[in-house]
Amino acid sequence: MIEIQGLSKRYGNHVALDNISFTVDKGEILGFLGPNGAGKSTTMNIITGYISSTEGSVKVDGYDILEYPAEVKKRIGYLPEQPPLYMDMTVQEYLDFVYEIKKVKLNRKSHIDEVMDLVKIGDVRKRLIKNLSKGYKQRVGLAQALIGNPEVLILDEPTVGLDPKQIIEIRSLITDLGKDHTIILSSHILPEVSAICERVIIINKGRIVAIDTPENLSRVLKNENRLIVRIAGPQDQVLNTLRDIDGINYVEPQGRKEPETVDYIIEAEADTDIRKPLFFALSSKQYPIMMMKSMDLSLEEIFLQLTTDESKTLEISAQSEQGQNEDNAEQPDEIRTEGSNTEEQANIEEGGQEE
Amino acid sequence: MTAVFKRELRAYFLSPIGYVFLGFFLLLSGYFFAASNLLSGYAYINGVFGNLTIVLMIVVPILTMRLLSEERKTKTDQLLLTSPVSLTGVVVGKYLAALSVLIIALLITCIYPIILFVFSKPAIGEILGTYIGFFLMGAAFISVGLFVSSLTESQVTSAVASFGTLLLLYVADWIVPSIQNQTIAKAIEWFSVLNRFQDFTMGILSLEHIVYYISFIAVFVFLTIRVLEKRRWS
Repeated sequence: MIEIQGLSKRYGNHVALDNISFTVDKGEILGFLGPNGAGKSTTMNIITGYISSTEGSVKVDGYDILEYPAEVKKRIGYLPEQPPLYMDMTVQEYLDFVYEIKKVKLNRKSHIDEVMDLVKIGDVRKRLIKNLSKGYKQRVGLAQALIGNPEVLILDEPTVGLDPKQIIEIRSLITDLGKDHTIILSSHILPEVSAICERVIIINKGRIVAIDTPENLSRVLKNENRLIVRIAGPQDQVLNTLRDIDGINYVEPQGRKEPETVDYIIEAEADTDIRKPLFFALSSKQYPIMMMKSMDLSLEEIFLQLTTDESKTLEISAQSEQGQNEDNAEQPDEIRTEGSNTEEQANIEEGGQEE
Repeated sequence: MTAVFKRELRAYFLSPIGYVFLGFFLLLSGYFFAASNLLSGYAYINGVFGNLTIVLMIVVPILTMRLLSEERKTKTDQLLLTSPVSLTGVVVGKYLAALSVLIIALLITCIYPIILFVFSKPAIGEILGTYIGFFLMGAAFISVGLFVSSLTESQVTSAVASFGTLLLLYVADWIVPSIQNQTIAKAIEWFSVLNRFQDFTMGILSLEHIVYYISFIAVFVFLTIRVLEKRRWS
């Protein structure tokens, strides 16, 4: 449905996008992930024809954006990062205007009513847009993108600045829309992308660093067989016990997190499951295991690994730990359970202290 | 284009700008009319419009300042430019909306000649000429304002720069008498937006002047489109 070939965008010497290529199939929901300034919005602005690329081509449904801009634009509904709303209009007037400017052929009244029902803004239709809350403004922006029933939806950070309830609503709306639309969605919230999207593109400094399903991305970096274990008992003796177990590469004490216990990171040899021997060895010496979990990389860690230099990883993961905790605090439990985010958070905490 | 035109025209009257423009334009034109025609019993209206040129220079920047700068600042240009309308459609729609406000103002001032007709027999040719000339000059001023508003995101900058440009156009031929070089002097004189208006007030409908104003407008509208086009590529 969307074919992007060798797309580059340069502002003087500054390279905003560097030779990006990917395709999006019909009916797919593609996630676009990257830190601020990575080139997400630039890519979206080029696909929608707002700005032009320096090099490369964009084809939507076989039409090139430069040769048939009107054909391409007819097929795309775009919600930019900042919804393009006229503050001095009412919701109804605004959508009427969008209907006209997009040259929609559908029945005017029933189509606009349908869109308003879909994003639930029917009750504010007569209000001035400037008096609406942030959440409603975002929804009016989404309604604008849906006018004309475009086959492709491009949504730039659609949930940014919304409260948790609204985030859930918008996400489920996007999932619903994904059934009969092709969607490209950008976000910097990883659980969001892994919850909604079938495929993820991670982009950094204008380059694509990874394209895959969220599951595969975690699998790629999962091969290290590491456990984090909390064991009650004196550290020296526990360490001795652990060293006697076959198949363990190394053990690293992490210090005390809970009275009378010590946390350890245990790395097993490849393709060895050491959980059973670990349990029996420790239980025979009466050192209870208080906690055990695998240190699979979460999408957050993959993201950080892919988008930051090796040397900076430590510093940034420490910062992101804080940032993500804040992110989480804004979200109610329902969201956090998506992709077992809480657990991943804990992993990061532990992981951060590892170094 | 019609969608942009309708929205823009309505925006003028949803915000104070349309009323401020009409209000000051009519207040001052009424004042000039009362002073030079009513109170002195004089039947020629061209003096009123001669004075109104200066008013026009001040109020046109108010009319045009937000046309494109506001779109860019609030990022609503993202909607316009990603919709299946051409850039030309957007720019021309906006230009016509501003022009419509000027037309509304001029239509209201038609009361003055009507009053003159009630009490005397003014020269109809001169009145028509004055109106056509004033309209063309106003249309030219608006095209300058439109162009300037495409250059900046700030409405204030846009208004000040438009006013400055219009003022420069207004005083451009003051320098002519002191220029030695005949060619340059002739060129400036030829270019003067104001000189041509004087002919209209005398009831002369010269094709050359009409073509001049229309080309002037076309050039600035075209430049505006180029500015927006260039921004997408840079």
